[in-house]
Amino acid sequence: MTGPIPRSSDPKDKVLYVENVCKAYGGKVVLDDVDLSVRSGEFCGVVGPSGCGKSTLLRLILGAEEPTSGRILLDNEPVGPPDPKRGIVYQKYSLFPHLTVLDNVLLGKRLTLDFAFRRQAAALTEEAMALLKQMRLEGDAAKYPHQLSGGMQQRVAIAQAMVMRPSILLMDEPFGALDPGTREDMQVHLLEAWEKSKMTVFFVTHDLPEAVYLATRVLVLTQFYRDERGDGYPGRGAKVVGDYDVAHLSGSTDLKRRAEYADLVQTIRQDGFEPEARRHVNDFNLKHPDSWRSLRPEESGG
Amino acid sequence: MANGVERRRAEPGFWGVHARPGSRARWLLGALPFVLVMGVYLGASFVRRLDNPQDKLLPSPAQMLQAGRRMAFEPDRRTGDKLLWLDTRSSLKRLAIGVSAAAAAGLLLGLNLGLLPGINVLLQPIVTMGSIIPPLALLPILFIVFGVDELSKVVLIFVGTFPVITRGIMLEARRTPREQIVKALTLGASQLEVIYRIVMPQLLPRLLEAVRLSLGGAWLFLIASEAIASESGLGYRIFLVRRYMAMDVIIPYAMWITALGFGMDWGLKKLIARLYPWYSSEDS
Ligand SMILES: Nc1ncnc2c1ncn2[C@@H]1O[C@H](COP(=O)(O)OP(=O)(O)OP(=O)(O)O)[C@@H](O)[C@H]1O
Ligand SMILES: [Mg+2]
Repeated sequence: MTGPIPRSSDPKDKVLYVENVCKAYGGKVVLDDVDLSVRSGEFCGVVGPSGCGKSTLLRLILGAEEPTSGRILLDNEPVGPPDPKRGIVYQKYSLFPHLTVLDNVLLGKRLTLDFAFRRQAAALTEEAMALLKQMRLEGDAAKYPHQLSGGMQQRVAIAQAMVMRPSILLMDEPFGALDPGTREDMQVHLLEAWEKSKMTVFFVTHDLPEAVYLATRVLVLTQFYRDERGDGYPGRGAKVVGDYDVAHLSGSTDLKRRAEYADLVQTIRQDGFEPEARRHVNDFNLKHPDSWRSLRPEESGG
Repeated sequence: MANGVERRRAEPGFWGVHARPGSRARWLLGALPFVLVMGVYLGASFVRRLDNPQDKLLPSPAQMLQAGRRMAFEPDRRTGDKLLWLDTRSSLKRLAIGVSAAAAAGLLLGLNLGLLPGINVLLQPIVTMGSIIPPLALLPILFIVFGVDELSKVVLIFVGTFPVITRGIMLEARRTPREQIVKALTLGASQLEVIYRIVMPQLLPRLLEAVRLSLGGAWLFLIASEAIASESGLGYRIFLVRRYMAMDVIIPYAMWITALGFGMDWGLKKLIARLYPWYSSEDS
């Protein structure tokens, strides 16, 4: 089927390196020995069924929570509590309601530069306005978040995070609350911003077509898989069962009409979302060149 | 469609849960109880004064107007002060100092209780306990400890309003979404900045709301402490003239106090809308 899965990968040239990460709440194991690595500039889409632990994984990378075991490196350093090296866009609560759009975007600069902000205020404001312009929001700089539509709010949130030039931009279902039309506009805006900035993005969604369309790489996280511990094993949690290089498809305008796209979406759906079509740990589809994982003998049966 | 028309016609103007009073009816209906109360008073006052023209219990509007004018514009024979203004100034000063101090302390304490689990564990039991003590029960202690001058009155207002404000701010601070705090940290905020630059500015309108709510209590504590020991103040005056059954002074004073309370509430409401344009629309 696929070639052998590499057992280790070199963390050196990776922005993000996740090794043997487990996360349990009380007795409930959510993430079960997750390994992955992401190189700079990659647009990483993370998909999986509802409740599989995508947001949990993102919170661990963000530093809002700590893994039960395993380690996470960002730029080769263990991650600590949230800091400006990681940007975050949530589905909501990303904006501060008491600040105008412009002040929301400038907030990070104000907080990090403190007194130096004043001297550079003009230049920083110009930079923020350029970002807002790119997001087609230059006319709304003086408005408050409640005066904007959901899509506009999310565009401000993206600008707000991008101003900080984080090593990695984390997004948790950023378009999940938007209607389909707005959602497509937002995808275009985000791709444009990503192409201009070449930042590394870690994009969590349960919308599989969205991930395939946006991302250069799609990771599938799911609890639907088989291993030698048996189906009833209590300590099971989600693993990365699929890792696809989709860079050649990413963002092309006619993509959504191409047969290749539909096939790929179908394959990934089988891999991650269908409880009946579970793959065995030894047959995971980890084709991506940066993909790697470690397995414990009791899981693989040898 | 026919159904819709029928339903609209069936909508009553006053009775029932579907009632939709029109805009003119709204004014009239709202004014009706006031008119009724005034009518009953005027009638009763008129009847009593038919019996006894010297009646003090239900003075006529003319008598009240005269007494009000005397209090507001004629210097007092003994001290030379215009009493209404003297009383108003003393009372408002006590109220302002007591409530401002309670607001400032309540904001700081509430924020820290709401956002810092350590502080919460340390202080919440005693704050909760303190808020249960009826402030008026402490009044004798305050008089003994702080004397019968200004300080004890201000402290009573402080003690009476501070726990409510603290609690309100604490609950609001605790409702700050976890995501927002994490977001602020990714934008480079330190922990102190999260508290004082991210959460606090968002709670300022809530603070003014809490002050609005606690003003009723503050007036109560003010009047109670002035009634017991004072040399001036709105509460002092009405309890003083009570000895002569001077309803013609008491009623205008009570109306003045009501007007002041209403004005403060309205002013605070306008201030919130002006200072925090992002606030009111947030909940809707
Ligand atoms: N703080 C917590 N305490 C206990 N259990 C939790 C906690 N956070 C998450 N979980 C559990 O972990 C599992 C994964 O949750 P998570 O939110 O990461 O899923 P998700 O993949 O993001 O789902 P969705 O697509 O619905 O957002 C869920 O079963 C959830 O109940
Ligand atoms: Mg989630």
